[in-house]
Amino acid sequence: MSQVSVEIPPGYQKVFGRPRALSDAPYTYCPGCHHGIIGRLIAEAIDELGIQGRTVGIAPVGCSVFLYRFYRCDFIQAAHGRACAVATGLKRANPDLIVFSYQGDGDLAAIGTAETVHAAARGENFTVIFVNNQIYGMTGGEMAPTTLPGQRTVTTPQGRDVALTGYPLKISEMLAQLDAPAYITRQSVHDARHVQLARKAILKAFRNQLEGKGFSLVEVLATCPTNFRMPPVEAQKWVTEKAMQFFPLGDLKVRDE
Amino acid sequence: MSRVLMRGNEAIAEAAIRAGLKCYFCYPITPQGELVEYMARELPKRGGVFLQAESEVAAINMVYGAAAAGVRTMTSSSSPGISLKQEGISYLAGSRLPCVIVNMMRGGPGLGNIAPAQGDYFQATKGGGHGDYRLIVLAPSTVPEAAQLVMLAFDLADKYRVPAMILGDGMLGQMMEPVELPPPVDPSSIPEKPWALTGAEGREPNVILSFDLSPQGLREMNRVLQDTYREIERSEVRWEEVETADAEIVLVAYGTMGRIAKTVVERAREEGIKAGLLRPITLWPFPYEPLRELAERVPTILTVELSAGQMWEDVRLAVEGRAKTPFYGELGGVVPTPREILSEVKKHVSS
Amino acid sequence: MPKGLVVIDRERCKGCGLCIDACPFGVLGFSGEYNSSGYNVATMLHPEKCTGCAICAQMCPDVAIEVYRQQPDQPKEAV
Ligand SMILES: Cc1ncc(C[n+]2csc(CCOP(=O)(O)OP(=O)(O)O)c2C)c(N)n1
Ligand code: SF4
Ligand code: SF4
Ligand code: SF4
Repeated sequence: MSQVSVEIPPGYQKVFGRPRALSDAPYTYCPGCHHGIIGRLIAEAIDELGIQGRTVGIAPVGCSVFLYRFYRCDFIQAAHGRACAVATGLKRANPDLIVFSYQGDGDLAAIGTAETVHAAARGENFTVIFVNNQIYGMTGGEMAPTTLPGQRTVTTPQGRDVALTGYPLKISEMLAQLDAPAYITRQSVHDARHVQLARKAILKAFRNQLEGKGFSLVEVLATCPTNFRMPPVEAQKWVTEKAMQFFPLGDLKVRDE
Repeated sequence: MSRVLMRGNEAIAEAAIRAGLKCYFCYPITPQGELVEYMARELPKRGGVFLQAESEVAAINMVYGAAAAGVRTMTSSSSPGISLKQEGISYLAGSRLPCVIVNMMRGGPGLGNIAPAQGDYFQATKGGGHGDYRLIVLAPSTVPEAAQLVMLAFDLADKYRVPAMILGDGMLGQMMEPVELPPPVDPSSIPEKPWALTGAEGREPNVILSFDLSPQGLREMNRVLQDTYREIERSEVRWEEVETADAEIVLVAYGTMGRIAKTVVERAREEGIKAGLLRPITLWPFPYEPLRELAERVPTILTVELSAGQMWEDVRLAVEGRAKTPFYGELGGVVPTPREILSEVKKHVSS
Repeated sequence: MPKGLVVIDRERCKGCGLCIDACPFGVLGFSGEYNSSGYNVATMLHPEKCTGCAICAQMCPDVAIEVYRQQPDQPKEAV
């Protein structure tokens, strides 16, 4: 990136910049896409815990398929929905690794439901970041398992008809019913205050892994301005006015030890 | 080294452990239950990871993760389960990750049955999943050979960074034979894997991918695969020949059928029929050259299979009209007796 | 001197406007200048109002914003 050299007047100190775990590669996301914020929060957690040299990320199939470009960490790209099984293999083979998967709602809650549920039920000691943007981004805006009732997508052009396609899957609520998971929470990044809360949650999900507590999943409500067909600022209103009504924020399970 | 009486399934499991297997992932299916049970019992005791997955899809993707971490890893199943694993196998091949997959074939298609069959030959040798890739496919016909080929499969997989498959069936899996197992491999003799995901401490990150959106880039990835496959074809073809020197008819059969065909050759010879056998040990790479050479001087090459004629296609590709290429096969898990095959042989020889 | 100062990486900026919307003090706006990808780059229109709170940077999906803050004068007795 062409970092334009700017003269910083004396007396000023940097209080915010790019986390070290992020590479210089530009994101491949659309303008205003929340994937970018969530990705940065992961890098901040890696920096804060000092685990860059032992972290292995798993890129899913979806808009974040290029995730491996964005971090200075080892990475593997998994088949659509299989990230939790791949994470299981990595972590079981080498428990010293810090393993995280990053998955969209189609990846984690449709095609990968079985892999996700069973990794959670086994209490696998890795971290899952689950981006719930209520739509299939990469393939052009089709209905996701999390698409809201009445929401228009290219495969629900009249709006999601619950009589035809049922209701959104509240996978975090489902996972919170299981005995094994250490931490299941739903967060959002639609404003700076919530970004801070999401940051803390992601940090906790990684710290849990370091402490051997087992399966931690952070669901993050996100926008897909491109397929919502909304300007990015307006798409954020969708989160508070619609998505949060169906997917309330907060911790769903915190196993205290 | 002592000889022990073992079932095929158990010998495969024990050989894998001795080959340095670290992570084994499975989903139960007959007829390879003893293999799973043996692993559950033995592998954790010997420092490995045994994990029963929620499906074959999950099991093969766990293999994908463990292989990426750089350890020796394996899964086993039977036909319907192997079908489910095809997605993961394609990813393993595309990402150049070594592993061993055992398929104890059963009757198909669909749920089929659990009887010995060889209907997965196409799936195993021609790709199985999507994309241009191959597996090294090893087809043991006895229990000792199964143990030996499992150890070889790990070495070849690591050497070429490809998945390798052991293709057997329930008859091999259940059969008990005395086996002389080699000692466990010295872990330090297993080659280093500098590409493995071990954490990027002090080095540039390693990235494991099976995709490249640019056609030029993906073509390059494919070329690396194809170059590897050509090298394997040059160096790793394995087969056994029995009584072929003066043969008038040569049977081609592998695995369980290869074993039965050996008996047929003995009986034929007792009756004065100059029969021989070529038994492919690697189904891929297929022994095209040795078969072609035989076809130069043997008038009849009879393929015998527990399928409708899948390997037969490779036999005909090898022979290319140089000899007659009749076929004898059974379907649905029915195993022909040596006598039945012998009478087929007699149809093709001038007495 | 304003308390804060932001530096926006012109080439990373995708002109999404989330920082502009997020800034509580109306510091930021579109510059009307386009980067090599064709995006209208955000900039400080009212630098004098910036507090260095970094709310804009928290919201930037492309991690294009660096924030600087004026350091309070060191207390004299500090070693
Ligand atoms: C087996 C398989 N089926 C379908 C696809 C096509 N596909 C690619 S991305 C995607 C959906 C991704 O949506 P989501 O997980 O919500 O992630 P997003 O793109 O919204 O970030 C699908 C269906 C595929 N690559 N593989
Ligand atoms: S399509 Fe949607 S989810 Fe994908 S990068 Fe664009 S805005 Fe983000
Ligand atoms: S640092 Fe705070 S005041 Fe300054 S531009 Fe950013 S949001 Fe506005
Ligand atoms: S939030 Fe970032 S990408 Fe969006 S306009 Fe502001 S600086 Fe540019």
